[in-house]
Amino acid sequence: MPLSTQSQSQDEQYVLVANLDNARNLSNILKAITCKDHAVFTATANGLKVTVEDCKCMQANAFIQADIFQEFTLKEDMVIFQVNLTVLLDCLNIFGGSTAAGASTALRMCYMGYGHPLTLFLEEGGVVTVCKINTQEPEEPIDFEFSSSNVTNKVILQSESLKEAFSELDMTSEVLQITMSPSQPYFRLSTFGNSGNAHYDYSKDSDMMELFQCSTTQTNRYKMSLLKPSTKALAISCKVSVRTDSRGLLSLQYLVRNDDGQICFVEYFCCPDEEVEEE
Amino acid sequence: MQCVVTGGNVKVLGKAVHSLSRIGDELYVEPQEDGLALRSVNSSRSAYACFLFAPLFFSRYAIPTGLNFRCKMAIKSVQSVFKSLATLEKTVEKCHIGLDEQKDRLTFTLHCKHGLLKTHNLSYQDSESLEAVFDKNSCANVFRAQPRVLVDTVVHFPTSLEEVTVTVSDERMWVRNHVEDEAERSKAMLTELCLAADEFDYFAVKAHYSITFCLKEFRGLLLFAESTGLPVSMYFDEPGSPVVLSVTDSVLEGNFVLATLSDNHDLQKSNRGGDADQPHPPDDFMSDDMDAYLIAMDTSAAPGPSTADPPPPSLATFRKPPAPNYRTRTHSEEEEEDDGEEDPERPPDKKFRSLFFGSVLPPSSQMNTQPLTTQEVLASDSEDETEAD
Repeated sequence: MPLSTQSQSQDEQYVLVANLDNARNLSNILKAITCKDHAVFTATANGLKVTVEDCKCMQANAFIQADIFQEFTLKEDMVIFQVNLTVLLDCLNIFGGSTAAGASTALRMCYMGYGHPLTLFLEEGGVVTVCKINTQEPEEPIDFEFSSSNVTNKVILQSESLKEAFSELDMTSEVLQITMSPSQPYFRLSTFGNSGNAHYDYSKDSDMMELFQCSTTQTNRYKMSLLKPSTKALAISCKVSVRTDSRGLLSLQYLVRNDDGQICFVEYFCCPDEEVEEE
Repeated sequence: MQCVVTGGNVKVLGKAVHSLSRIGDELYVEPQEDGLALRSVNSSRSAYACFLFAPLFFSRYAIPTGLNFRCKMAIKSVQSVFKSLATLEKTVEKCHIGLDEQKDRLTFTLHCKHGLLKTHNLSYQDSESLEAVFDKNSCANVFRAQPRVLVDTVVHFPTSLEEVTVTVSDERMWVRNHVEDEAERSKAMLTELCLAADEFDYFAVKAHYSITFCLKEFRGLLLFAESTGLPVSMYFDEPGSPVVLSVTDSVLEGNFVLATLSDNHDLQKSNRGGDADQPHPPDDFMSDDMDAYLIAMDTSAAPGPSTADPPPPSLATFRKPPAPNYRTRTHSEEEEEDDGEEDPERPPDKKFRSLFFGSVLPPSSQMNTQPLTTQEVLASDSEDETEAD
């Protein structure tokens, strides 16, 4: 039920107004990048991008396109603010977050600009809640300069099979090693734990492998603690693309379908650990 | 060494590993001519389990002749190979087990659907042989039941319950929770179930014994039996003698050997010193507590083994004085002892003083031909002091 409690004049003060009939279309995707407390929101004409960073070497982005929203009005070219993501998610789920059919929370997100809080109007079953979350000085997200022209290896896999591997990963291993190669083992995830090492190999001919474009053999190690949060994005996705560039920077892109079947994207960037010799 | 397991047997293998993890922290692996043996024992050596998978269990079982290899590894690492049993069933086509003696690694390779290959290289340690000596055939009481019957029985006991007592008469079996402390008895909740002989596939009682053993380890076996649907056989003798629980089919055999509480609170003294396979001296069972114990049982309403049954029939091996079949339980601690009391002619040698490793079989029983294997123990892991004197 669209909210019409705001008077027209008040609306004109907001630089950003975004309406969603189903707040879960936002909260579910934000949960997939919640690994740190704070997130930077960047709103452009394309839609909303939410960024979370860790240790300056991992970055998670959630993209919700403008057409996912029932209304997406922007008064400036770009609006940026930072809020506590945990608090925001608590507000979005303020009516209990139940997934009962027909019981969905409507959201109207409004922002007046720098110095003002982020205002959320949430409605379910005729009950309206107003939340005002203080915004913080936004930290500039890192630009990893990952360009498609610099991509050395790329695979696209169906999430189902990767989910199995990630759920079984040996957590006593400090690193997750990813090997991509035009020859055997093609695509390999390796862990080095207390009791030995484990390898998960995906053949390029596997029916789970939708795309396989590997030009050079690359092996890179990434801190397990940085990549573990990506399993949340993996869990809600249907496909994932794994790309590395010449520096070994890892880009994981997840295709997520929301409750209404619309497509959103989640992306993880992760810097590699030191150069490793091929084992 | 190359072994290949295919199809549903992969899940059976995984289930066996999980089942063994209920016993001890380490998995002992020994490829033998007659099959692959997976064993585990608990730290106090009061529970032992062994699964033997015959060559036919495997689609390929190749052991180099004369291979004398045995190792042990952390059971958690092997469990991680078979982490999700539901997934195993659905996606694993075959499991290949290979040995790399150069690198001290045992490799488990799971070939899964959709071209996914999972390889686990697990490091192991060399180990000494681990085998319990027991003879199922000499046991007085033998039972066999479908796993469902036993699972439905133990479900009535809380998971925190340590020990259960099983008592049998000619036609019935009672299962009851064991309460250690006499003083606790009046405050504790006592649960007792009675199973009739016709619930069992086989029920043969020669002596009306009552044994007490660890429930957690028993549940470990039931875990395996229930998932494979194999009937469970139970063999036991007098209290103090281990209870053996078995599952068998044409290609595998699993045995769980659990120590039972002995009536003999002098067991510690008799165990001390000398060879482990000396027979026990006759014991004194008439302790002061017994009368109080009997009184407590007399007040129970339900007809149970405590009230009616006549003393057990005399057996050649049964050295105890005829008495109502309820006796005070003394928990005899499992200890590994110092080699100080060993025969000076023999080289210093630490032996198990195990409640059941060859030490408590009735002297007249037919021992099977397995030699008593001793374990070289370099450091006792028992915290308990041995009995003085």
